[in-house]
Amino acid sequence: MAGGIVIVGAGQAGVQAAEALRSGGFEGAITLLGDEPHGPYHRPPLSKAWLAGEIDAAQLMMRAPEMLARKRIDLRTGVHVQAIDRTSKSLRLADGSALPYDGLVLATGSTPRTLTLPGHDAPNVLALRSRDDASAISAGLQACIASGQPVVVIGGGFIGLEVAATARKKGAAVSVLEAAPRLLGRVLAPTLSDWVAAVHRSHDVQLELGITIESIGIDAGGRAVAVQAADGRRFAAGLVVVGIGVTANDQLARAVGLECDRGIVVDDCARTADPAIVAAGDCTARRLTDGTLLRLESVNNATEQGKSAAAALLGQARPFAGTPWFWSDQYDKKLQMAGLSTGAQSWAVRGAMAAGSFSVWHYRDGRLIAVDAVSHARDHLLSRKLLDAGITPTPEQVQDAGFDLVGLMNR
Amino acid sequence: MTQITFIEPSGNEVTLDIKDGWSLMQGATSGGVDGIVAECGGSCACATCHCYVDEARLAELPAPGDAELAMLENVAAERRPNSRLSCQLKAMPSLVGLRVALPDTQE
Repeated sequence: MAGGIVIVGAGQAGVQAAEALRSGGFEGAITLLGDEPHGPYHRPPLSKAWLAGEIDAAQLMMRAPEMLARKRIDLRTGVHVQAIDRTSKSLRLADGSALPYDGLVLATGSTPRTLTLPGHDAPNVLALRSRDDASAISAGLQACIASGQPVVVIGGGFIGLEVAATARKKGAAVSVLEAAPRLLGRVLAPTLSDWVAAVHRSHDVQLELGITIESIGIDAGGRAVAVQAADGRRFAAGLVVVGIGVTANDQLARAVGLECDRGIVVDDCARTADPAIVAAGDCTARRLTDGTLLRLESVNNATEQGKSAAAALLGQARPFAGTPWFWSDQYDKKLQMAGLSTGAQSWAVRGAMAAGSFSVWHYRDGRLIAVDAVSHARDHLLSRKLLDAGITPTPEQVQDAGFDLVGLMNR
Repeated sequence: MTQITFIEPSGNEVTLDIKDGWSLMQGATSGGVDGIVAECGGSCACATCHCYVDEARLAELPAPGDAELAMLENVAAERRPNSRLSCQLKAMPSLVGLRVALPDTQE
């Protein structure tokens, strides 16, 4: 294979695909293209330890350059891909050069959504995706702490709440403004949304739900100084962090006629309609067997699809394995989620919410579909096994702390 | 700095000076050691930085917390009495010379 395999995107999915190609026996050239100046790094700590200034760049590193070199993975950073040419099987790079491929992995990630309100482009209105984004927010946070100015977070999703928790831990005054009537309403049970809200309020976060933002107020120098709500309230701000979701980076695929629908459409083995092109991670939308599309933005999804993408290019079908899982660290709490809770109709709680270590079990049509565990890794891992096996404990069994749920696995 | 020796799955040994306070996972991955995946970046959420520490020195290490103990039940390779997650072990002077073996598989 003259061009070998080219991977566009040096994040979690791209690195996973590269390593899986090698461990899968691929001996040809592997080129890993990253558009950032940095080599592969861990994204999860960006909203936590990195934002807090507790770790340095080497600690954030996902793979050392010499490790990639040992595996003959040719990492090229600061490379922007402009277009794919499916006919000649090559990429056009921003410097005008062409890069041929025999197999192509698109692992281009996602881009934070931006506000379209007046003042949204002020220099201290920031979103978090990359290491440089997080560094800029960290600097803004330090400035707020030094000057006593508050931080306003727009969006009560995982990123926003993690940033809020870190900012509070560092001593900044923090407001979180969420348009929906409850936090994480699309994923958490109402009882857990309320619990998460209470945790943030107990840490003196000013949490406003169901609020509509009208504009970002700026000063004469163009810097944001406040967030203006439609109901007339005004939230002073030295830093505004916007966490209102992401959009998939599917432009390269879309431009060459590959099916895209809020992400590059792939099957459960990370394949597109072009046998030479696979896609993995945040940039994808996975077609399920019932025809619906599933978009996941998670480490677990990136690594699973990265492995599937590598296998597909090696001629093997490796379907997405296991129940999807996610996690979020806020304050001293770890929220670990398994399964997809969409459409849940009823819930059962195991353990004591007041004690801060419990799990919420989601049911739809009498079947267990998802479990959210708070600071309870055992329940989280057990729930993944039960969901993988298609075993549904009754709500009564879940609520009975004395009932041995592990025993259900062995029947 | 604390000197730690990692034994890669191939048997190759790599000795690194790791800054005190860094996790052994961070030291190993930034030092180019093979055999750690560390999907979650050190959040104790994935169990792919599993390692076997020198049994003779097991008692010198801080005991694993509940979350680590739970995650250790989910490691891909054989779990042994000296199994730990390297993201939960911090380098400190008392660990100088510790030998840490990495399993054949993490996933």
